Amino acid sequence: MTTTTVGSAPAAPGPHEGSPIRGTAVRPGDRVFRGLTRGAGILVLLIMAAIAVFLVWRAVPALRQDSVSFFTYQQWFPDPSSDAAKPAFGIAALAFGTIVSAFVAMLLAVPVGYGIALFISHYAPRRLASPLAYLVDLLAAVPSIIFGLWGLEFLMPRSVGLMKWLNDHLGFVPIFDNRLGVYTRSLALASIVLAIMILPTVSAISREVFRQVPLGHIEAALALGATRWEMVRTAVIPFGTPGMISAAMLGLGRALGETIAVALVLSSTFSINGHITEPGANTFAANIANRWNEAGSVGLGALVASGLVLFVITLVVNSLARLIIERRREFSGAN
Amino acid sequence: MAAPGSAPTSAPAASETVLHRALSGGTLPRWAPWASALAAAVLAAALAALTPVSGRAGTLLVGALLFVVIETGWSFAVEGRRHAKDRLATTLVYACFLVAVTPLVAILASVVAEGSKVFTVPFLTHSMRNIDPRQSGGGVYHALIGTMEQVGIAALLGVPIGILVAIYLVEYGRGGRLARAISFFVDVMTGVPSIVAGLFVYTGLVLTLGFERSGFAGSLALAILMIPVVVRSTEEMLKLVPNELRESSYALGVPKYRTILRVVVPTAIGGIITGAMLAIARVAGETAPLLLTTFLSQSINPNPFADPQASIPTFVWDQISQGTNASVARAWAGALTLILLVMGLNLLARGIAHLNRAK
Repeated sequence: MTTTTVGSAPAAPGPHEGSPIRGTAVRPGDRVFRGLTRGAGILVLLIMAAIAVFLVWRAVPALRQDSVSFFTYQQWFPDPSSDAAKPAFGIAALAFGTIVSAFVAMLLAVPVGYGIALFISHYAPRRLASPLAYLVDLLAAVPSIIFGLWGLEFLMPRSVGLMKWLNDHLGFVPIFDNRLGVYTRSLALASIVLAIMILPTVSAISREVFRQVPLGHIEAALALGATRWEMVRTAVIPFGTPGMISAAMLGLGRALGETIAVALVLSSTFSINGHITEPGANTFAANIANRWNEAGSVGLGALVASGLVLFVITLVVNSLARLIIERRREFSGAN
Repeated sequence: MAAPGSAPTSAPAASETVLHRALSGGTLPRWAPWASALAAAVLAAALAALTPVSGRAGTLLVGALLFVVIETGWSFAVEGRRHAKDRLATTLVYACFLVAVTPLVAILASVVAEGSKVFTVPFLTHSMRNIDPRQSGGGVYHALIGTMEQVGIAALLGVPIGILVAIYLVEYGRGGRLARAISFFVDVMTGVPSIVAGLFVYTGLVLTLGFERSGFAGSLALAILMIPVVVRSTEEMLKLVPNELRESSYALGVPKYRTILRVVVPTAIGGIITGAMLAIARVAGETAPLLLTTFLSQSINPNPFADPQASIPTFVWDQISQGTNASVARAWAGALTLILLVMGLNLLARGIAHLNRAK
């Protein structure tokens, strides 16, 4: 389309009156539709902002009434029964449980996740690769309540042997030492369940990265006489490093925020206990789920405040992961 | 590898086989892994019989370790260090995959085995009204209705918004500052813990606007969790639509919005539906946000806009919390219902994707 150039044609009163016609005509329908899609995009930003604003707004009044240090106090008494007592609650124990369980889960899941990704991208027979990848993705589709139920009813009785073995043979390492002789509902068990839950996340993202390794790099390595493992070490892993780091961090983010499975598996106590095979610990999310229905007005605010801390932590972890992967723009974590 | 310097001085009688060996080294026969596995299995069984290695798990573990030692050692002796390392890495990579599949199989098997004990037609057609936790009987009907309505409303809200955002990102925004910000926050939004979405809806809708806890509040939380998933999958699909299609449409004088609605979206519709269904399947299993926003209910409440409403995930949670034999059995049956629903949606979605690809 071009502007009319023949002679000195009068500006015809048409739909494009006023401005010369450019590449695409701007019609009312276009304007409306563009506005609609743009509005939806802005809505996403608004939702993220609103989450932060509402959580802060509801958390602050409860925090004002807190009589102890919110960040270092370990107990949770936001709704004292007598009027004389003041609300006292802090997130020290929650933060400890959340970070330790997510971190141990990451230690367990990340190497295995990379292995799965390598298996699917470079080891499995070509024809089997995509059905096998689907099998791993199916693990991601299992709802967390089912992980919780399974962890509690199936895995817990079967994990006692392992925990006991750790205590008997590696008891000199403080974290494996179990002073109670009770091996159920522990932070270690929660970590194992979390590790299984984040496996598909870690493997799906690293798989995408491994698949994008340029064929030239791979063939060059093989042509120089590299074995398959040497090819992986010299061509695949260096190329995939940023993606592998983000995959681990996205897994960490997911483990930090997981609620129901942890709430079911862990018996909730408010103490910082480094002996992770002993029962009892707590996490931000599990504590919210467990205390929500019995919380009073300050109690709700206190839980919202702890949720805000969780939100900020996951936001930081996820943003960092995204910034690292941003260098190779094509991958995304959404399944 | 043969050192090039030594080649001219070697005896002229060097036969072809010697040369061959010098260049390629020894190799294990193709059946080497199987033979190693057999040897490891026999040894592990013998060990289990002779020494107090306890249990099936212990025997399996010992067998696996023996396999690694035998195969790597054999390879080291015949093929040298580099190939031994390669075989070790291969074994470990295969083992990782087995480690991932084992829990999947264990979970599905125990849900089916335990769930099918109570999973009957009356279980699907009755609610938990007037059923004592210790009593058997009762069912998931009220929760099934709740889940259908909550997930349905969430899909009605989340899917169109997600698709619109994706259209903006691919068709209009294209690398602009706003589009990059939206894209980044969509990514970050995928990582928002589901319980935080529940907290947000509760603080915003219930505490601030004065709504009561209802199925609809739960739907809003689910919609928030759905949007980023729908955006990402739709975006991928729209990017796959060839530019030639858009250009031919423009060349015919079709406005941009009609091009998008009549050419681009229909071309990608199979993938968009698949993505939307995967998002629906994902939120159908969410428990945490519903626990905060819909409350628990034992009776049938077909109205999602008022009063507490049950859902399958919160039903399972509730039954586990009761902790009696009868209620845990119901929890397993509820889990089976949930897994059938979620996996059904998942398989259907992949099926659509497959059909679409075949075209």
